[in-house]
Amino acid sequence: MILMQGKGVSKGVVKGPIYFYQRAETAAVQTAASDPEEEKRRMEEAKERSMDQLNALADKAREEAGDEAAMLFETHAMFVEDEDFCDCMTAALEEGCTAERAVETAGEQFAAMLAAMDDAYMQARAADIKDVARRIRNNLMGVTEGGIDSEEPVILAADDLAPSETLQLDKRKILGFVTQGGSSNSHTAILARTMGIPAICGLGDQLKQELNGRTAYIDGETGKAAIEPDDITLNAFQAKLEKQQEMKTLMDTMKGQEDVTLDGQHMMVYCNIGSPEDVAAVLSNDGQGIGLFRSEFLYLAASDYPTEEEQFQAYKEVASAMGGKRVVIRTLDIGADKQVDYFEMQKEENPALGVRAIRICLNRPEVFRIQLRALYRASAYGKVAIMFPMITSVWEVKECKRACRKVMAELDKEGVPYNKDTELGIMVETPASVLVAEELAREVDFFSVGTNDLTQYTLACDRQANDLGKFFDPRHPAVLRALKMAADAAHKAGIWIGICGELGADLTLLETFLAIGIDELSVSPSAVLPLRAEIRKSIAKTCTLEKLEC
Amino acid sequence: MKEFTYTITDPVGIHARPAGLLVKAVKALDSAVTIAKADGKSAGGAKLMALMGLGIKQGETVTVTVEGGSEEANAAALEKFFQDNL
Repeated sequence: MILMQGKGVSKGVVKGPIYFYQRAETAAVQTAASDPEEEKRRMEEAKERSMDQLNALADKAREEAGDEAAMLFETHAMFVEDEDFCDCMTAALEEGCTAERAVETAGEQFAAMLAAMDDAYMQARAADIKDVARRIRNNLMGVTEGGIDSEEPVILAADDLAPSETLQLDKRKILGFVTQGGSSNSHTAILARTMGIPAICGLGDQLKQELNGRTAYIDGETGKAAIEPDDITLNAFQAKLEKQQEMKTLMDTMKGQEDVTLDGQHMMVYCNIGSPEDVAAVLSNDGQGIGLFRSEFLYLAASDYPTEEEQFQAYKEVASAMGGKRVVIRTLDIGADKQVDYFEMQKEENPALGVRAIRICLNRPEVFRIQLRALYRASAYGKVAIMFPMITSVWEVKECKRACRKVMAELDKEGVPYNKDTELGIMVETPASVLVAEELAREVDFFSVGTNDLTQYTLACDRQANDLGKFFDPRHPAVLRALKMAADAAHKAGIWIGICGELGADLTLLETFLAIGIDELSVSPSAVLPLRAEIRKSIAKTCTLEKLEC
Repeated sequence: MKEFTYTITDPVGIHARPAGLLVKAVKALDSAVTIAKADGKSAGGAKLMALMGLGIKQGETVTVTVEGGSEEANAAALEKFFQDNL
């Protein structure tokens, strides 16, 4: 038996094969080849494989969505066979380049040609060429797009995953996560909780590459992982698996029930999501709305600024899928741990205290304007609310509102439909925003507390650091008191306040939240039903503020 | 050698999709096909990227040259293709 101990960051038990995440960029591309003939042979093989994949994709698209959809892949297949493109690659091979380098060179050259044309449509086709070049290169290097080349679902293993990587994963193939690094606030952990699957991080050297393919049991609560478990360990895992199944059956009875305490205090139980595909999990777990839709996925997954139309489609999709239920969309929140190359941000000594989130938007009005236009246009298709992150001052909110009014005036002029009563809110995640909460509350329609950042800034603890463990305490009385101050200010101004940080799902704090008078809790979809079960057992008027005492 | 001219009516010009269809159509023929713009720039009819690189827009007139093989029939087929698709 091989037993590993890490930090459990997303509950649940699962059994499955361990599979190491494959990263295209890790293997540095060699530029010089020793045998040009060998490289030519490799290139032909990779091209053939790419053609097979593209033809298969075209067939699949035709079956599912018709000829129009298939045409994209057929065009890509034509690029692979294009005479000029192939000539360019052959020329590079004859100069002694490796096949990888040759396809990169050709891809760049033709993408640049299209990008230089004075036609927006053709410029956008540069992305298609790059896509094709990447496909051929991945085939040369034996790398599978999306990182998982397995028919059956796996337990995904990695050192840690970057936000852009978690976005591209084929989520149907993932049973759980095990990572060497990371913490409970890492993106892998957050993704696992959104998906409601187990995850263990911080396994360090115990998680060896040679375990690839071995069947493992993992427990995302205790942080234990076992390969070839002995009888005692196996029984313990089996018992937990059974209990998990029972619990699931019990939770299903919570669907369709109201989120209300025994003495009639209501709570809005909403969900946090990171992309439109997460909406399915919200609906299947009976979430009453979306309390935090992170718009970063649009920016992190792209290689250039997402267009208004792309953003509009994504927001509209979520707003319409949720029917009339509230969908709070947070404007761009990058910087700090979420970096995007094409923003060309200056390197900062201390990025968590640097130009991030709303500060980027206020510094770059054009980026902000495009997102606001997309958000307002989507407001015609559901109950959209807009939320601004990382607010510290009243003037920032006033400036945001001014930007909103400008966008509304534009849409009026163009005759584009939108909801002019779209709710505007702010994230309360800095001590400054708590201290001026009364003034802020008069400017907006709601508050939502981001407990991860509020803890980081209140306690002066880097949330990304692995070894701050006991110092990084989101239940610190200072954090909980800040929460109460913000709630009192919100209620005084007659607006609602929610929590969209990880703390919202902490059932041991539910009493405290009820006592403070929190109106909304936005949690991972998988946490909705357990939270509802707990709310329905609670009596609000007996809840106390004792956890605010030191 | 057979030649005909055609003025593009498709509002987006010869963009990727019709260019792809054109390449497909040309590859099925036994003639060499060249597409030339009024400014003299030209591209082989079987070369997708080069065709896209011409950036042919609505209203532009192109000269299509068909050489070798059954020129007569191929030129007629292509002319019909342009009328139907571009």
